[in-house]
Amino acid sequence: MNEQKKEEMIIRLVNVSKVFDETTAVENVSFYVRKGEFITFLGPSGCGKTTTLRMIAGFDIPTSGKILLNGQDITDLPPNKRPVNTVFQRYALFPHYNIYDNIAFGLKMKKVPVTYRNEKGETYTKMQKLTRREIDEKVKNALAVVDLEGFEKRSVSTLSGGQQQRVAIARAIVNEPEILLLDEPLGALDLKMRKEMQIELKEMHRKLGITFIYVTHDQEEALTMSDTIVVMKDGCIQQIGTPTDIYNEPANAFVADFIGDSNILNGTMVDKLTVRFCNRNFRCVDDFERNEKVDVVVRPEDIEMCPPEQGMLVGRVVSVVFKGVHYEITAMVGRSEMIIQSTQSRTVGELIGMNIAPDAIHIMKKELTSNRYDGYITKKNTVVFGDGEFECDVTTLYPGSHLDEDGYLITAQGEKIDLTDADVSVEVGLTDIEISDNADEGGARGHIVSLIYKGDHYQYIVRTEENEEDFVLDTEDLWNENDYVSVKIRPENIHMKLKQEIK
Amino acid sequence: MVKRIVSVAICVAVLLFIYAPILLLVVYSFTDSNVIGKWDGFSFALYADLFRDAEIMQILFNTVWLALVAALLSTALGTAGAVGIFYSKRKFAKPLQAASQIPVINAEIVTAISLALLFSALFLYRTYFSLIVGHMVLCTPFVVLSVMPKLKQMDPNTYEAALDLGASPSQVLFKVVVPQIFSGILSGFMLSITLSLDDYIVTAFTKPPMFDTISTYVYNAVKNGTNNSTPALRALSALIFIVMIAVLLVINLRARKPAQKEAAK
Repeated sequence: MNEQKKEEMIIRLVNVSKVFDETTAVENVSFYVRKGEFITFLGPSGCGKTTTLRMIAGFDIPTSGKILLNGQDITDLPPNKRPVNTVFQRYALFPHYNIYDNIAFGLKMKKVPVTYRNEKGETYTKMQKLTRREIDEKVKNALAVVDLEGFEKRSVSTLSGGQQQRVAIARAIVNEPEILLLDEPLGALDLKMRKEMQIELKEMHRKLGITFIYVTHDQEEALTMSDTIVVMKDGCIQQIGTPTDIYNEPANAFVADFIGDSNILNGTMVDKLTVRFCNRNFRCVDDFERNEKVDVVVRPEDIEMCPPEQGMLVGRVVSVVFKGVHYEITAMVGRSEMIIQSTQSRTVGELIGMNIAPDAIHIMKKELTSNRYDGYITKKNTVVFGDGEFECDVTTLYPGSHLDEDGYLITAQGEKIDLTDADVSVEVGLTDIEISDNADEGGARGHIVSLIYKGDHYQYIVRTEENEEDFVLDTEDLWNENDYVSVKIRPENIHMKLKQEIK
Repeated sequence: MVKRIVSVAICVAVLLFIYAPILLLVVYSFTDSNVIGKWDGFSFALYADLFRDAEIMQILFNTVWLALVAALLSTALGTAGAVGIFYSKRKFAKPLQAASQIPVINAEIVTAISLALLFSALFLYRTYFSLIVGHMVLCTPFVVLSVMPKLKQMDPNTYEAALDLGASPSQVLFKVVVPQIFSGILSGFMLSITLSLDDYIVTAFTKPPMFDTISTYVYNAVKNGTNNSTPALRALSALIFIVMIAVLLVINLRARKPAQKEAAK
């Protein structure tokens, strides 16, 4: 099995990194592409997808790592020696040549071995340029593939964007490369043209049997066209998989957010196959450790609306947007936002119930680095979150601000702001939370539901009674499970951000 | 209405101010008198003298020959320089480009004296070599200056695309880069020719003793403040002026045509 896989592997990157003047564009990337595959690099701009492509083409040389083509190291091979051709985002046609000469450019450079037989009957091979006839034939075929027959004599500047892109594709495929690299080839086209070209490219891929490596930031394009998608972020690969896998089983919150619309919620595994989010327990199909902090992804189309009394969640509609095929409805459940896609409309202000099927809940491991809460500021300039009320420094919300005697915030520009009831997101580091036996001392109270020994310290989870909010903390002190404790956080360790501007 | 008349009048006055000396020269090239200011009746005698004067014809030939050679060499060197600067790492490109433009703002007399010093140190002072190199020093920065913007306008991906299609870097240079910057190269060449044609200072400091161009010849002829000795020079100057105007017109008209085509699209 493994053997066979290796055999059909056409290109392989091994621990490839690329550093430009101290900024790391690609970091330790390893993957392989199978022969004949349509693979897409997907990610936001600056994620390193184009740099990866340029390294395969040979325009950029990796700072470290190896690139293998059919098992041979091509890391330092210049682009003109690689059996790889590129279609550029801005076409990069030669403006001083007509269409024929543009497409024939690669063929005129090419030398092929031709076998001769001399009078003595010995055969010998000579590297030879293609004949005029051969070139004519190939150019004609390539123009037929891209549907531009009869355009040979036209000049580049007389062509529309879509036609230029077809010429660029013809110019690349006419050389019969082993791999065709496409760097956001449809990025400069309008939507309708893009959709047409997507189908045509896919069809071309099927007919030609060439391996396509495609780069795009358009997730829909990636899902439509690819056999395999590589999702990248900050120079690192986030996930490699088929479009279905990537959509249904995103590896982390970034992938879930980038591929399609999604609701990403903080959750906790409270029992076997049971996850808690939005103050309610849900059955789910992903198994994780009990008490583990997780990211929960629910696709907007997987939320079913129902009368409020029948819903697992109840929320109030805050906006309805008509999107053509469906309505996009935003509802607030407590202080979390839920986006729902449905063919039915609702009115703003209406209470709706929501149901989510167990297999529509996708759970992802969360790298826990800090506690995050939704909170709000009170009249007394304290902050309420996690079922507790804490002293905080509201002047951190506006740089250079201070409080007047009446407790109003005066900004650096001298503006007076009433922060009462302002929604904030709150972040507290794991080591910034203290717990104490004295129930009146801290801002929130709860039971210790979990303790894990992490080598040199313990990690505790304190769960409140009312809404079952969790505080995760690292400390060297030893406590027991089920201890009732109060949670103390020093004001300077409560990091707050306003959710929206106060008017 | 008054405003219009005033503005037209000012324009005419400015143009007159600029062109009066030349017009005077052109007018007096059509009379057979020894000094400007004395009208001896209309005649083409000076023009006839001009073409009969073997010395002047030799000098004219020298000037054109020198301009062509210097312009060709400067264009090759300047284009190579511009391409080299353009494709260097950014760290080097900026200082290189700045350095390549210093001769443009440097006083010509300084350039000329330094050239003279350099060549006398090399025992090549006042040879054809020093003359041609001198003119190249003069022209090359202008070639770099006119080629650079064309390189910057070029789609940088076309270079990579050509490499990608199997062309070697030198093939890319001649098949893809040079054709795209050709108009810049051409204008650099024309600029070099005009610079070399009318240069006096560098020529005077580097030319072989028995070699003269129009500039040095005219200068020597009128050294005493008059041009009594060779009135035929008036005809020559008038001719040069007319040829220059014709060349300028042709270049401008040619430049406008593609622009109109572009605009029509």
